[in-house]
Amino acid sequence: MWKWLHPYANPETTYHLTGRLIPWFTYLTIALLTIGLTWALLFSPADYQQGDSFRIFYIHVPTATLSMGIYVGMAIAALCGLVWQLKLSDASAAALAPIGAVFTFVSLVTGAAWGKPMWGTWWIWDARLTSQLILLFLYLGVIALHNAFDDKTLAGKAAGILTLVGVINIPIIKYSVEWWNTLHQGATVSKMGKPSMTIDMLWPFIFCYMGFIFLIVVITCIRFRSEILSRNSMRPWVKELVLNGSSK
Amino acid sequence: MQFDSINGFLNMGGYGFYVWLSYGVTAFSIILLIVLSCQHHKKTLQHITQRYVRENKRKEAAEQQRIKQSNTLTIAETNNESSP
Repeated sequence: MWKWLHPYANPETTYHLTGRLIPWFTYLTIALLTIGLTWALLFSPADYQQGDSFRIFYIHVPTATLSMGIYVGMAIAALCGLVWQLKLSDASAAALAPIGAVFTFVSLVTGAAWGKPMWGTWWIWDARLTSQLILLFLYLGVIALHNAFDDKTLAGKAAGILTLVGVINIPIIKYSVEWWNTLHQGATVSKMGKPSMTIDMLWPFIFCYMGFIFLIVVITCIRFRSEILSRNSMRPWVKELVLNGSSK
Repeated sequence: MQFDSINGFLNMGGYGFYVWLSYGVTAFSIILLIVLSCQHHKKTLQHITQRYVRENKRKEAAEQQRIKQSNTLTIAETNNESSP
């Protein structure tokens, strides 16, 4: 029943498939983000307490939640790589790490820019913010380990172990606002939770969220293809690909 | 439309600096990531191509070296045979 999956474990098939899919995912990303961000910036109403600073929400929340989502995806890939020694798993984990790092960085910066007018401070050592900062360091550690070894299999193993150890941070980030009394909870979630978000704020948010998801897919495909190439550079199909110049 | 004028839009109800800082940093970081990812892909391809090209050159050079050596050997052999 699962046999249809087998061809996708072949680097060559996956390389060409992702190459064909990238343009379509790019169009989808551009469409979703254009609609979502225009709606968020121009047409969605200002928050009754936070005013127009609420518009930061439309990029802060998607990047923050997706920074955790990417980590979970990377951890699943790392686990498959460690247990079943799938080379493509290591490649996808390596492809995801820099994207996760950028999303985490963006969530921290947008959070700071939102925190300054709302809380009166750019940064505070509160549970949610600190654990998110640790997530950024975890990503940087994983990227460093992937680049620390010339042997990609060894690098994948080392980075995979760090990734799996770091998974402990994900529930801490997620539940930090419930377990501890944090500034983050008080300022955003309760205000959002009470009116549970009006529909004219929810729709632009959904468009932005989906747009960011497909943005991740596009960048993952681009990076994944480079990882496949560098891990299979001795294979005949790669030789044929580069020497024929049919590669993009 | 929530804003009457361009200035109102840029001002964002007094939160302009924070809103545009957020959107600016986000756009910059993500575009930089995309550009670097594409460059990385190109570099990987170039790197592999160069290695194959170099390998081919080395093979050709080795082949010529072998031919030259075998030629000199045969000359030496013929010399040796004729000398005594």
